[in-house]
Amino acid sequence: MARLGRAAERWLLFAAGLVVWELVTRSAANPYFPPPTAIGATAVRLWLSGPADRLFLARPVFHDVLPSLGRLLVGWLLASVVGVVVGLVLGRSRTAAQYCTGLLAFLRALPAPTLVPVFLVLFHIGPTMEIATIVFGSVWPVLVNSLDGARSIDPVTIHTARAFGVPPLLRAVGVIVPASAPKVFAGLRISLSIAFILMVISELVGSTSGIGYQLVFAYGDSDLPAMWAWIVLLGALGYACNGALVTVERRALRWTGPATTN
Amino acid sequence: MRRALRALAGVAVFLALWEAASRAHLVDPAYVPPPSVVLVALGSSLRNPVFVAGAASTVLSWLIAVALATVLGTSLGLLLGSVPRLRSASMMVVEFFRPLPGVALIPLVIALIGTDAQTKIALATFASVWPVLFNTVYALGELDPQLVDVARSLRVRRWRIALWVALPSTVPFVLTGIRFATAVALISLVSTEFLTGGTVGLGQFISVSGSSAGRMDLVLAGTVFAGLLGCAADVLIGAAQRRWVPWSHAGEA
Repeated sequence: MARLGRAAERWLLFAAGLVVWELVTRSAANPYFPPPTAIGATAVRLWLSGPADRLFLARPVFHDVLPSLGRLLVGWLLASVVGVVVGLVLGRSRTAAQYCTGLLAFLRALPAPTLVPVFLVLFHIGPTMEIATIVFGSVWPVLVNSLDGARSIDPVTIHTARAFGVPPLLRAVGVIVPASAPKVFAGLRISLSIAFILMVISELVGSTSGIGYQLVFAYGDSDLPAMWAWIVLLGALGYACNGALVTVERRALRWTGPATTN
Repeated sequence: MRRALRALAGVAVFLALWEAASRAHLVDPAYVPPPSVVLVALGSSLRNPVFVAGAASTVLSWLIAVALATVLGTSLGLLLGSVPRLRSASMMVVEFFRPLPGVALIPLVIALIGTDAQTKIALATFASVWPVLFNTVYALGELDPQLVDVARSLRVRRWRIALWVALPSTVPFVLTGIRFATAVALISLVSTEFLTGGTVGLGQFISVSGSSAGRMDLVLAGTVFAGLLGCAADVLIGAAQRRWVPWSHAGEA
């Protein structure tokens, strides 16, 4: 009941925020800041004016939104797999980690967006180049957090597994992975938000479709309500992606006790 | 000492592999020039007034953005962290704004405050305020209630508890947040410069070298320079954490 009340309180605040936004933008009448009702109307025209056999979804949903999300997910998943595997291995080997710390600190500090020109000439305009940008930028938080998680496992845990004769492979999957999981998930969340930003940046620079591309196109067309609609969509998608990941995290980490929100 | 040597050895091996791959045409050296060429490009850039002016503008904006993010993030974080009702109500709004890529807001920010340095500073502040804010809120949640209770039962005054109990235990978290914000702010600044035509900055230098001149050596030189700046800041803040807040591990939240 208290939970329901809190949720209601949140949505009420959200609605109140919308009303304030509407009133302020209406009274300001600045073309750069259209009222939310105008943005909503544009959003319906943009995305929900399709034929009935496609659930009324319009072309941009299939041509821009879904491809964007696809590239985001492929890039983020690739980065996650590489980051978790390399991070856990490095985390269990002190010597290897010592050789890599300097390099990791440097590679992590490189701004991935400025490498877009290089990725553009290497992979040409298209999804490969976007995915390469996303992977390069978002792999480091997962890698570093997995490394940290695997390194800081209580030695007693490992010794116990060894004493019970647990074979190395099973030890890796059954002991090291779960023990590092809280840190790994923290890294996954950071890298998802970075992947999101890089998706937009790579579409702003080198793409012919996607949310970022449509956003710039709307701006170039001086269609500001459409631009706002794409911005709001980005916020909503980011909120949804993060929410989904947090739900997975809560389920996966239920055994560690109450999860932190961040 | 051995750790530092090993870290350097790792970097050296990486550079050697890159050099070999580029020289052996495993990757086209016109697209990914070898590190020796990038180093020469970096050296000549450091004597190029356009590059130096851009780098100076980026570094200054960086300092301002991190300072703004620190002030805004800690004060908002202290407010939200100490009023649970406000926190649970506002988190939804915060969670909606946080994932918004700053670059998507470039046109709006330009329309609001113009194309000068204030645009990139505003966007970098927007991007880097979140780690400080979240770490501050988190730190207040992690405050050991026993510490407060002990202080209370010893009749320590409320403001003294805030100053000598709550603050010292939040500082490590806040510093970790600032460390993270520093990295985010630099990347955000360089990206904004990269995407906004006609500005001054490291990112603009890279953009011009890449798209109009096709000089990948300059693109990589600029990127490497930005990476070195980020690294240097990270090392500095890490050292500050170990020196001034030794009562907590400089862990990441």
